[in-house]
Amino acid sequence: MNSLKLDENQLIENFEAKLAKNEMIEPKDWMPEQYRKHLIRQISQHAHSEIIGMQPEGNWITRAPSMRRKMVLLAKVQDEAGHGLYLYSAAESMGISREEMLYQLHTGAAKYSSIFNYPTLTWADMGAIGWLVDGAAIMNQVMLQRTSYGPYSRAMVRICKEESFHQRQGYEIMTVLAAGTPAQKEMAQDALNRWWWPSLMMFGPRDEESPNSAQAIKWKIKRETNDQLRQRFVNQTVPQVEKIGLIVPDKDIKWNDAKNGYDFGEINWDEFWTVVKGNGPCNKTRIAAKIKSHEEGAWVREAANAHAAKINKNKAA
Amino acid sequence: MSQNNSLFNYILKIADNQLILGHRLSEQSSKGPFLEEDIACSNIALDLIGAANSLYIYAASIQGENKTEDDLVFLRSERDYKNVLLVEQPNTDFAFLMLRQFLFDTYDFYFQQALLNSKDETLAAIAAKTLKESTYHLRHSGNWMIRLGDGTTESAMRLKNAMNQLWCFIDELFEQDETEIALVAQGIAVDSNAIKAQFDNHVASIMQNAGMDIPTNIFMQKGGKQGVHTEHLGFLLAEMQYVHRSFPGVKW
Amino acid sequence: MNDSQGILWEVFIQSKPGQPHKHAGSVHAHDNEMALQNARDLYCRRNEGTNLWVVPASAIVASSPEDIGPFFEPSNDKVYRHPTFYTVPEGITHM
Repeated sequence: MNSLKLDENQLIENFEAKLAKNEMIEPKDWMPEQYRKHLIRQISQHAHSEIIGMQPEGNWITRAPSMRRKMVLLAKVQDEAGHGLYLYSAAESMGISREEMLYQLHTGAAKYSSIFNYPTLTWADMGAIGWLVDGAAIMNQVMLQRTSYGPYSRAMVRICKEESFHQRQGYEIMTVLAAGTPAQKEMAQDALNRWWWPSLMMFGPRDEESPNSAQAIKWKIKRETNDQLRQRFVNQTVPQVEKIGLIVPDKDIKWNDAKNGYDFGEINWDEFWTVVKGNGPCNKTRIAAKIKSHEEGAWVREAANAHAAKINKNKAA
Repeated sequence: MSQNNSLFNYILKIADNQLILGHRLSEQSSKGPFLEEDIACSNIALDLIGAANSLYIYAASIQGENKTEDDLVFLRSERDYKNVLLVEQPNTDFAFLMLRQFLFDTYDFYFQQALLNSKDETLAAIAAKTLKESTYHLRHSGNWMIRLGDGTTESAMRLKNAMNQLWCFIDELFEQDETEIALVAQGIAVDSNAIKAQFDNHVASIMQNAGMDIPTNIFMQKGGKQGVHTEHLGFLLAEMQYVHRSFPGVKW
Repeated sequence: MNDSQGILWEVFIQSKPGQPHKHAGSVHAHDNEMALQNARDLYCRRNEGTNLWVVPASAIVASSPEDIGPFFEPSNDKVYRHPTFYTVPEGITHM
């Protein structure tokens, strides 16, 4: 009874015309099945990354060395839960339930950012993560504010606004440590050494090895390529390292006038794929911890459901 | 004990309760039964730790030896901590955790309400801010008492177990020593005897809605306010303080 | 439908007294009170609100993208609903 039925070709044409005009795609709009699938995969992966990302930092809340740092870290980890939640909601608008996404995460069918499969060993890791890991994530997220899917874009706008303090607090931790005692400075340098390369890996495989990337750019899900974002991150971060008197753990770092950016060394792609495939130092513990809290919470969710059902029944009666 | 000294100790008692409970709750970050509740618990932990922080800043200013809130938090040992035993009890399941919150929240709500009238203006000002937070905390944990009591057989059983384990720590909340009684007489400290009836009424009414019986004939444990703790506190402090203590005197 | 994550609610926040409520996002919860508290904890962490509405997502009736023509375009040419459609003599103010 609705307006005229359009055939598939015309629907695709309309869809692409919208993208060409930089209009947002909204949940009820027609979209190609591949576009939907790509986005569900990307958004849920992004949500899972926020949620698993709570663990390496949550690991240090109880040990933070000052009250100020403790409160900041707790607020930051809480923000990550919130951001995971915004993203799950965006994915839900495409017709997948949160329960299903969690199932995919727990069974390994869905991935999350590999960076969180590295351990946080010292307090300085809280600085390195905020500065480098959030820094790299923000680079990606700023771009995603202009992504073509409305709910995803709106979630990213909110997230970017809230995350602006995350990177600063991390850099502040590193700045104080680098200017502190020799032991503190050593702790800072050690954290930088361990987190530098994994942070560069966060942008994903090189463009020529990232087949999904081209399609994502065509659909305006992504606006820039992995290598472009990685280069920008390096350009932005190297001066920050030098400013606080630390050393970039890459002997090939060199300013290149011709490209107006830094040359940098080759990423260890074997390590990258090892971690992606599930064999990083913490892949198993992260998922095990997630499943454990999910299972331990099952009776709580059941109780809340049962109570709600009783209220509704009383209301109906 | 000098006037300043007894005020200092009184502030620490209040602050230690907030900090240690906030610490226990912060251990739960990323372990909640579902995402929204995880966020709620972190919020409450942040409120508690924030309230403790304001109190430690005030206490440090009274102490006057160029001490900071961090000195009070990270450099006092087990016997110097004056929190009640209830708040240091380690997390087990969600029923235990939420009941521990509920009992403390109820106490804290009436306590902060009474502290509003303190003749010590700083304490009264901190109480005004804290009271808004504890009003919310109490609503949150009170709702959970009813959900768990009324929910399933399992949730009711778990809540009952938690009651049996935690009930023995209730009387200590209202215990007063001589210096505290002196501060009450001066209109500075809260007369905790006076809020006991309010506490009992609120707990009884929520537990009635939750269909839970209040345990009877429980032997009451005390000692926290004198620095005689359960064995759990030592481990909590070891974890909380080790980074700070490993690098004496540095900036963070 | 109550799956184990609770049902989905849409959250509307009033940022200042007198302002309209605006859609902020969604939240999961099992009952009314929990929905309100979860919305507060999630969307008002930074002083964003003075009042909150939560509505079960299933209760919202929405127009469809196909409706864009029949629903919204007919008002395009009803320019007489706007004050600029009318001419008043020069010098007349406060109208």
